[in-house]
Formats: sequence, structure tokens, C-alpha cells
Amino acid sequence: MTELNKLTIRETAEGLKDKKFSCQELLNSCLTAIGDKDGDVRAYIYVDEDGAGLSAKMVDDRLADGEELDILAGIPVGIKDIFNTEGVKTTCGSSLLGDFVPPYDATAVKKLRERGMVLVGKTNLDEFACGASTEHSAFGVTRNPYDLERVAGGSSGGSAAALAAGMCTYSLGTDTGGSIRQPASFCGVYGLKPTYGRISRSGVTAMASSWDVVGPFGRCVDDISILLGALAGKDRLDLTTSDKDVPNYQDFLHKNVKGMKIGLPKEYFDDGVDEEVKDKVRASVKKLEKGGAKIVDVTLPSTKYAVAVYYITMPAELSANLERFDGIRYGKKPSEDPEDLVDFYFKARGEGFGDEIKRRIMMGTYVLSAGYYDAYYKKAQKVRTLIIKDFEKVFGKVDVLIAPVSPTPAFKIGELVNDPLKMYMADALTIPANAAGLPSLACPCGFSSTDLPIGLQVIAPQFEEGRCLRVGAFLESVED
Amino acid sequence: MLKNEQVKHVAKLARIDLKEEEVERFRGQLSEVLNYMNILNDADIEELEETNQVTGLENVMEEDELFPAPCSREDLLKCSELPLDGKQIRVKKIVK
Repeated sequence: MTELNKLTIRETAEGLKDKKFSCQELLNSCLTAIGDKDGDVRAYIYVDEDGAGLSAKMVDDRLADGEELDILAGIPVGIKDIFNTEGVKTTCGSSLLGDFVPPYDATAVKKLRERGMVLVGKTNLDEFACGASTEHSAFGVTRNPYDLERVAGGSSGGSAAALAAGMCTYSLGTDTGGSIRQPASFCGVYGLKPTYGRISRSGVTAMASSWDVVGPFGRCVDDISILLGALAGKDRLDLTTSDKDVPNYQDFLHKNVKGMKIGLPKEYFDDGVDEEVKDKVRASVKKLEKGGAKIVDVTLPSTKYAVAVYYITMPAELSANLERFDGIRYGKKPSEDPEDLVDFYFKARGEGFGDEIKRRIMMGTYVLSAGYYDAYYKKAQKVRTLIIKDFEKVFGKVDVLIAPVSPTPAFKIGELVNDPLKMYMADALTIPANAAGLPSLACPCGFSSTDLPIGLQVIAPQFEEGRCLRVGAFLESVED
Repeated sequence: MLKNEQVKHVAKLARIDLKEEEVERFRGQLSEVLNYMNILNDADIEELEETNQVTGLENVMEEDELFPAPCSREDLLKCSELPLDGKQIRVKKIVK
């Protein structure tokens, strides 16, 4: 039998139900993996051993009473440390937040708690989710479990690494410009960026409000569909959530792609993308063709503008969202005694924020400031429309798009960290889906010659997560 | 290229204390990123509207009714490191 901490959600739930192992044993297998590996990997900022132990005991008691439990009951989860978790310290990867303990759960966390989750701990991230490598965390760099000299990706690097290393059974992240899909692809797991507004963001610290989404990481497409079903839906505390019905996502896992039209956007296969990455993605496309899908070459000519659009509008929204971090209602007060209130703000923020946050807040403040608004912000919002129109056009012809997630496999720690523009380019292939609010599923599709995971993404029209899952489930079923 | 004064001005607007060393470093990095943004000048956007919301929601209306808050005022006040004064947080003087 596979180790308990490496099972899928469904296998774990069945094992618990059939009393093959207890929830406590399951949790222990994750804690053992953490003890063995997390000194190096640093996927978790905080491991809540006591809280998790109590939750596991409750599940074991209920099982002993013969209670029929939810499929997610007792399943160990790692949650990105940007979700509020009641009674469990939440840092956003920033030293500014100090010892902040949220008094309430994010809606996504609350939904999982109601289903009996076992919260193993809070996972590492780039400060306030700003980064593509989890190197910009105040709590150290997360290392890739496949190669400790390389990054796990980011910003949800801790969630991806924790899952890949067996330190949880599934995990949660957020994706603003690729922060779920890119680490999923670097760490060889599945990660879904749902449609904008599909899952509530209430209680998740906002980065860029018109871009941010919450989504799951899992070991298989079935796990992703279970989690999406559990998390999706309208929430009164996040009025950007949609009241569209949540379908039964299991219905899409029939592993048949006959007649599907699959687009390959040529801009995602250009010279800037590693040959090896392109080869692996194309090999998966071949399998789809063999399965009866029709492959269509398409073009998304505005792809080249996506990074620029993102790095104008995202910092603008970020700078406004992070105004609330002033060390007054929560977070650390300045170490030196400030002269007055304004000095308090300067010192608390100057001391508390890391370099990347300072850069992005200043960039956002600059593009919104008098005289620059039209030249940068307004223009970027118009080009965003252009990117959306590109997608609308191709989705008139195809059902889904397939593309690489990242131009390269995981890069080396320190390789890009002092060159912000180069680091920003790491998001070039993931940003467009966020710009248009589209769902995109990152799926593992093989390994590089250096044994690093490579990932592809399946992008669908808004609220058509089912199509991503359908393609993902087919590819999973024909894996070599 | 941004000037040091511009970097300092933006930092002031954003209420962030910067050290001299940071001003110099961020000046180069921000200038490089801003320079890259010129790529947008090539885009044909004459006829286009701006996108502010991607799923087409507007004016989300709700019944005017109370629903329980996720936590109490007291719980929220406990999050502050600053001294409390009844139901308020005591801060430094605002006007001299």
C-alpha cells in the first residue's frame, strides 16, 4: 500500500471509512514527512500539531461511533498563509503582521472546517502573494522537493511543495497572475485557477482585487473536482462571487474527449519557451488527438502585452489594498517610538514590508498618481480588454486551449530574485487567463532531462471548469 | 530614468520609510520596469473600453437585513498591539 500521506482524497476517505487506518495515523504520516523533510523544504510557516491532533481525534471518535462522514472529513490540508484561520496565526509571509491571530475563518476555510478538515498548518508564500518563487517571504525560501537548490514556484510555493512532499493530502492557494498553476507545475501536482468569482475570497488578504482567485492543489483531477465542488458558490461576504449553479464536477471525469476542439495558441509555443517544455506539452496534445479530439492552431496576438498590463494594474490595486496594513488595528507597531500618527505609518510600513512589496506599492502609487493615470493605468485597462477579445474570438472556434504553464521548469534559488523584470516574465503564460477571468487547470505532463516536473494548462471559457477537468482526467488516464 | 526625488515622493505618498540605499536600488529597478511598459504603446486600443470587472457583474443588490458578523468587535480589538480606550484604539496625536 502507498504511504498514507501519498494517497488521493478518495483513497484516503475510503481507507478511513473501512478502518484501514485511523485519522491520527494519517496525520502522523504527514507530520513524519514534515519532521523528515521540512527543515530543508520549508513548505510550512507554521505547523499546528496540537490543533490538527484534536481535529483528527474528533474524526476518529465520529468514525468509532459509526457516523457516515463527508469525503473531506479527516483529510489533512495545508493552507496558504494568506487565508484567515480562526485561532491560528496568519502572517501573509510578512513580518509586518507579527503575531496576528485572525478571529474568524475565511469562507473557503470555514467550508472545509464544516466538512471536518484536519488543518496541518499554514504554508509559505511570497509576502502578500507577491512573487513567482516564494523567495520573497519573511520566513525563508521554500525549496523544491524535486531539487532543493531550485524554487518551488510562487506565490503559493509552500502549498505546492507541501503536497508534493507528502506533508498534506491537498492544499489551498491563491492565483492572481499564476500563483497556483506555476508552483503546481514546478512541483508536479495539479492546481486549479477557477473562474474569477467562482470561489469566495472573503477572509483572504486581497492582493489585486480584479485578478485574485482562490483555488485548490491536488494529486489527481478527481481531487481537484471534489475540492472545487466543496468550495465554489455564492458568498454574501464576497459580492464578486457568482450565483451561477455549481455543477456536479464528477460528471466531467468520464475520460472521453471525442469531438472536443482543442486550440494551441501559437504565442505560447514561441522561442522564449524551452524546447523540452514544448515537446512534453505537444506529446500530451498528441494523446488527445488519438483520443478523438480535434487539434486547431489558433492565435492570441495580444499575449505579448499581458505582463505589462498585469504589472500596471496589479500594483495599482495592491497599493490600495495594502493601505490597511499600518500597524494599528493589527500587525506590528514600529520598534522606535514614532513622533506622530503619520510617522507611525511610515515606520510601521518601512520596517514591516519587504523589498518586493515596497517596489510594487511604489509602482502602483506611481501609475495612479496625478499625471500618470491615463498614460499607464487607463491604457493598461484598455489593453486588458484587447486580451479578453482575443480569448472571446478563439473560444468561438475551440472548446479549450492547451499551453505550457511556465516557459521553463523550476529555476535556481537566487537566479532571478535581484532582477524583478526577469522574474515578472516568469508569469508571461499564466497572466492572460487571470486578465480575462478564465479557469485554467495546471496538469503535470512529464519531466525534463534534469528530472524536474513540467506542466501544461487547460484554459476554458468562464465558468467552464468542467471542460478543464474533462481534458485533465483524460490525460491522466493515458499517462505513460 | 526616474530621479531620486521621484522615488522619494512616491514613497511618501505610499507612507513608506525608505533608507537612502533603498532609494538608489529601487530607482533602477522601477525605471527598468516602467520602461518595459512602453510596449503598450504598440497596442491598438483607440476604440476600446477599459476593463474593470471581468465577469460582467454590476450593481449587486441584497436584501436589507442583518446577518451575524463572523466575529465580535471585542475579538477584532484584541488584534491590535496598541492600547485600547473602551471600544477604540488609542493612537498617536494626529494634529499638533
